[in-house]
Amino acid sequence: MTSTASLHSVTHNGRRTDHEAAAANPFTVQGLTVAYHQKPVLWNVSFSAPVGCLTAIIGPNGAGKSTFLKAALGLIPKLSGETSVFGAPIKKQLARIAYVPQRSSVDWDFPATALDVVTMGLYGRIGWLRWPGKRHRAAAMQSLAAVGMQAFAQRQIGQLSGGQQQRIFLARALAQDADVYLMDEPFAGVDAATEKAIVDVLHQLVVSGKTVLVVHHDLETVRDYFSHVFLLNGQPIASGAVEDAFTPQNLQKAYGGRLASTQLQGLAAAAPHKA
Amino acid sequence: MDIFLQFDFPSILLGVFAALSCGLLGNFLVLRRQALMGDAISHVVLPGIVIGFLFSHATASWPMLLGAGGAAIVSVLLIELIRRLGNVEPGAAMGVVFTTMFAVGVVLLEQTQTAGVHLDVEHALYGNLESAIWLEAYSWRDLFNLSALSALPEDVKLLAGVSLVLIVTVLAFFKELKITSFDPLLAASLGISPQIFGLLLIVMVAVAAVAAFSAVGSILVIAMFICPAATARMLTDSLKIQLWLSSLVAVFAGVAGYLAAAFLPPMLGFDGSVSAAGMIAVVAGLLQLAAMLFAPRYGVVWRRWHLQRSS
Repeated sequence: MTSTASLHSVTHNGRRTDHEAAAANPFTVQGLTVAYHQKPVLWNVSFSAPVGCLTAIIGPNGAGKSTFLKAALGLIPKLSGETSVFGAPIKKQLARIAYVPQRSSVDWDFPATALDVVTMGLYGRIGWLRWPGKRHRAAAMQSLAAVGMQAFAQRQIGQLSGGQQQRIFLARALAQDADVYLMDEPFAGVDAATEKAIVDVLHQLVVSGKTVLVVHHDLETVRDYFSHVFLLNGQPIASGAVEDAFTPQNLQKAYGGRLASTQLQGLAAAAPHKA
Repeated sequence: MDIFLQFDFPSILLGVFAALSCGLLGNFLVLRRQALMGDAISHVVLPGIVIGFLFSHATASWPMLLGAGGAAIVSVLLIELIRRLGNVEPGAAMGVVFTTMFAVGVVLLEQTQTAGVHLDVEHALYGNLESAIWLEAYSWRDLFNLSALSALPEDVKLLAGVSLVLIVTVLAFFKELKITSFDPLLAASLGISPQIFGLLLIVMVAVAAVAAFSAVGSILVIAMFICPAATARMLTDSLKIQLWLSSLVAVFAGVAGYLAAAFLPPMLGFDGSVSAAGMIAVVAGLLQLAAMLFAPRYGVVWRRWHLQRSS
């Protein structure tokens, strides 16, 4: 893969820059505007996910964080905006994206086992008129093991705890073997052990060069878990490395009066003082 | 035996195929919490049925089913259009479209003078399962005799065909129907359109409802969309097994219900027989009740017992 790329760069200089530009932009959204019943939820949002980084999307309730992911993926109607993945329109790049919806968006009483749900991550590449086979179940089993859930493979999903269910969703995303991971509140309602396990897996993904974007609620943990942030409140407020963008000023702008000044100072104080 | 083969057997086939086609699709309706869609859709498709009837001049015919499928597509698109343009909630959009489509159907019926044809109330409620006869049958060997088989009533052949088409379609798109029922957002992000498979399901439901409706009436249609699926759900946590079990329940209810309707009253000393379609629905309902009570793990009795033992 790398050798072919460098070969190209030697022979076609023009294409090399294209390649590099594409590789540097795993997930780019431009001018995204979404409205529910004429009431704008997102207004002209542009954002480019830093390649190979773990980025938190933060903002107050109703800021449109989940809507941003769904609309960028084309799952809900939008008024305007384009999403490109590695330089190509997202419609052609779905195989390179793994999306994890909110846990509460599905019916956990559904007749399916943990293994069934993880196998669903592979449905996109199994192809039409085919059923998942042994090979796919084995791959799903590996992903389950990666989140420490292999012992629960045959358990009906409703009998799992919230944290276990979230791990199943994460395993399903791993099974998709994508380059870009988009996760909607993976830490919602999970226990501390699961939160730690999920963070570990996300860090492993980043280390192996994947780009990970997480809708996140808990401002206290932003500094510990993430290297980059994207502050959103209907409009983009700021984005960049945590040290640069996760500032009291930006938080104040994003959350308005919803954060007490003591909270803001606390979050700022958690910053490492290098000077 | 000849009499059974000529008069009872074709009715049993009719009941079994009707129960099977509705029961299979009912699994997805129940899981999507659209259980009463089968009932609603059988009203929506009326204009399509009338138009199909005008082409074929027969109540049980493929043109009629095509009309029903077409009407289902039109109504789903209309619901979506009204929801988007009118900013109204889905329930309200459905209400508007369902009643309007039904009204259009009634007007069409009147205007085309087809009103007298078999669409009376009694017929609609109970169907005419018992009227199926197979006079060309002389022995069970005729089941393998093509010319004798082709003399089966049109209703039976049509429902058999519909069952086959539905089973093949569900098998072919099993994983798509499964993922769009469980997690439509994930499905869409993988390029498997929840809208398209939702539409496919509704069209199949419309076709099954209409094909079964003219033979067995609306009671059985509604019962069969819900009971076998709900019964099977109590017995397994695997969707694949649930589909097989619900088909089994549907077939059993079809056979046992007909036999009970035809032979139980005389055995108990009553004159004549009771409605077969009604009895099939009763059997399906009883099976559901039994499953709710005694199913391992999900049954009331089992849970009580388990609770007592653990306390």
